[in-house]
Formats: sequence, structure tokens, C-alpha cells
Amino acid sequence: MKDLTNEIIELIRRTSSNLPKDVEDRLRAAVEKEAPGSAARGALETIMKNIELSRKNSTPICQDTGTPIFRVHYPEGWSARKLREQIRGAMAEATKKNFMRPNAVDAVYDKNTGNNLGGDDFPSIHFEEVDADQPLTIELMLKGGGCENVGRQYSLPHNELGAGRDLAGVRKVALDAVQKAQGQGCAPGILGISIGGDRGTSYIKSKEVLYDKIGTRNADPELAKLEERLTEESNQLGIGPMGFGGQTTVIDTKITGLSRLPASYFVSVSYMCWAYRRRKMVVRGEEVEYD
Amino acid sequence: MREITMPISDDVIRSLKVGEPVLLTGVMVTGRDAAHKWMIETFIKKTRPPQGDDEKVYQELKKLLNGSVIYHCGPVVAKDENGEYKFLAAGPTTSIREEPYQADVMKHFNVKGVIGKGGMGAKTLKGCQETPGVYFHAIGGAASFIAQSVKKVLGVYKLEFGTPEAMWVIEVKDFPVVVTMDAHGGSQHAVIDSSSQEVLDKLLREPY
Ligand code: SF4
Repeated sequence: MKDLTNEIIELIRRTSSNLPKDVEDRLRAAVEKEAPGSAARGALETIMKNIELSRKNSTPICQDTGTPIFRVHYPEGWSARKLREQIRGAMAEATKKNFMRPNAVDAVYDKNTGNNLGGDDFPSIHFEEVDADQPLTIELMLKGGGCENVGRQYSLPHNELGAGRDLAGVRKVALDAVQKAQGQGCAPGILGISIGGDRGTSYIKSKEVLYDKIGTRNADPELAKLEERLTEESNQLGIGPMGFGGQTTVIDTKITGLSRLPASYFVSVSYMCWAYRRRKMVVRGEEVEYD
Repeated sequence: MREITMPISDDVIRSLKVGEPVLLTGVMVTGRDAAHKWMIETFIKKTRPPQGDDEKVYQELKKLLNGSVIYHCGPVVAKDENGEYKFLAAGPTTSIREEPYQADVMKHFNVKGVIGKGGMGAKTLKGCQETPGVYFHAIGGAASFIAQSVKKVLGVYKLEFGTPEAMWVIEVKDFPVVVTMDAHGGSQHAVIDSSSQEVLDKLLREPY
């Protein structure tokens, strides 16, 4: 098995310093929607300049380089254990190179490990086996703390919001989550929503949908419609970039449905900040491709 | 866009209104959790006796902060081969953690502005009226860009708190911020919170 540590360091560098094009395009389009001279427009213009500078200088887009969340699809016959070691080695090295800020703090003893390696859960790595003739893919998402803090989980029915156990109820709690977040998650944001599951799987899946590109719609037409409606209605709230007030509060919404117990109906809303850092590498034999 | 140079006079502060974008130029000081706690305990509430260089730093801070601005920021800082510091990434951190301390620090040191993100609460808003001062909201996440507006690192106090928590004295040029809490009791955060709540209530009543 090939050692991919250097290639993974490069994946981390790209993820931290180079915002994906689909995100950048959406943010650029949002600039034009705000009135010249307004605080909202100023915020978006500064964000655009920041994106360019970080790419040029290979510096972190945001100093909070977030929780690193990896998703690995490995062909049958590869060792998940060795891949984990390589990912962890690459993470420590990328931290030394200042692509990542030391971000793993022991919650009990309040000590920063200094190299972004915590227990088994930090960085977070999910493995999935695929057929032997498939390529190896490693995806990385950096999820900031400010936006993570405004994520919410609801147990339906929710009487105060009049939200029952159906898509109409999902819509209501999702809009409530956006209103409560205000600009605190560094709006404009992206919503990852999962319906069902238990408390744990529900939150995990609400983040996993964020690996998909902006504009990717759920295959179910009902959910696809709700995704678009939620983006549109979130923007009606007028919270705007950074909560300054304005046209763009949310640039995309992604929903996934899970199985649930008859007794439970959870809706989890993960809020991703504008610094929506996610990248992917695909390994076929000797060839490594980055997206 | 309005350009303001620090130190800032009371007249200029009173002329600022919520929602106004501003470019700041001059000398400011960074400070977050450890710095605020230290200032309050050692010099304002005096629950802890000054130690080491505390008294000396206090005298210098009194001069630096008078009419100036505190920035809630935990920067990434590099030191070059000549021993000079340089800010690499310097976006704002969440301000609300300083809510218990901020108003007292503003009044004690005559701090005219606080920069951070997410806004602050009622106690700080009252502090803004009394000092007078304002809250400037920086652009969350714009770390590389803001680091570029830091032209020079003039010095650092309390480096023993760690790089992000130390008090860095910096000279900035055209640092972009928006006034979101003013000296007249206005808070953009309260306004947007209630206007968005109104829209939400209307949306919740709409049929699916
Ligand atoms: S929420 Fe995102 S953009 Fe804002 S400070 Fe955190 S990581 Fe940076």
C-alpha cells in the first residue's frame, strides 16, 4: 500500500486555504444583491478579498480551522488502519506548516494538544469500503466552531412552533434555527438538515450532506422542493451577511431523510459558515487528482 | 466609506450610528478572555494584588487605551529572522464572553471602541452610553484580509497568557468594521433579531 501522507497534507492545505469554486461563485453572486455602500455589501466584498488572499498566500481562510472531518472510501484490500495513521500523521504535519491552527483541546483537562490530534475522534474519520476496482477517495471538511455552536436539534412535535411530525414541521423548525442563529455562525451560511435517526446519527448525517456541491438537490422531488423553499424563506428573514441585515442569509440548503424509531422524530440542523471548506482527493494507481 | 483615526474623540463617537461601515486607522490593542479577567481583577476590582510587571504594564496600557480601541482577537503571529512580529491571521473572536467585564474596562480606561464579532449584551450597551463608546463588528472569518491591514506590531504585553491571549499593540490601516452598537443605546443586533422574528412569525403561519 502506497504511503499517501504528503498527498493528504496537500489535501489539507487546499481545504484550509482555497475555498471551492461553487461556494465562491455563490458568494460573488450575493455581492451584487446588496446595495452599494451597505454594511452587508462591505462584508461580502471583504469576504471575497479574503478568499483571494488566502488562496494566493496558502494561508488559512479563517484562523479557526475547525473540526477536521474526513470521509474515506477505500477499495477492498486497503487497510483502514494504515490510512488512519497516514491521515493523523498528515494532520500533525499540516499543523506544523501553519495550514491548520492547533485546535484539539482536551475537554476535561483543558489542554491543547498542539498538533490537532486528540483521541480517536479528533480528527473525525469515517471509513466506507468500496469494490477493489474503485478508486480511493478522501474527502475533508473543516467545520468551524462559531457555526457549530448555532446548530440545533429538535424533537418533534414542537408545540411552541406548532411543528408536527411531517415536512411542514421540518420547515418550521429549520426556519426557527436560522432565526436563532442570527449572524453568529458567520452568515451567509449553508444548511445541512437531517430528518429522523437517533440524536447521534441525525447530527452526523446533517453534516455529511454538506460534502455535496452547492445546488445538488435531493433525488426526492418533495425534499428538493423543500430545500429550495428553505433557502428562499431564510433569506426573507433579512438577517444578511454577519447579521448586518441584507438579502443573503443562506446560500443553499441540503436535506436528507433517515429511518427513525416510531417513538422519535428528530430534525437536526447543522449550520455551515461562509468559510465552507471542503475538498476531495481521488487516487487511481499512481495518479492523484484533487477537486 | 467613513474613515476614522484613533485615538477617537467623544464627538466622533457620538456621531456614529448603527449600521455604519467604517475604516479604522491608528493604534489599537488586542485583548480577550485572559486579558479582560486580568485587568478587572488586578486594577478595577482589585481582588488580586499586582505581580511581576503588572503595575508597569498598567501604566502603559492607561496611555495606550485612552481614546483607543480593544480588539477581541486571538491572532496567528510569526516572528521573522530579525525578531519582528507579523500577524498572519487575525479575524475577530466571539465577543459575548467578555460581557461581564467589558463595560467596566471601557469606563476605567476610557476605551472608545470594542471590536469583535457577534455583538454584546445589555451591560456593554449601557457602558457604550456612559463612556461613551461603540461596538465595532469585524468580518468573521476574514482572517488573512484583516491581518494585511495590520501594518506593524508595535509591542506585546502579557505574552505569558499565550499568543492568542496576549495583548498585542498594533498599528492598523483601513481596518474594515461596521458599527453595530452605538453610544445612543442603538443595537443593530436587537433590531435585526426582532425584525427577523416578525418575518418568522408570519412564515410560521403560512400553510405548507
Ligand atoms: S464560523 Fe466559520 S468563518 Fe466564522 S469564525 Fe468560525 S470558522 Fe471562521
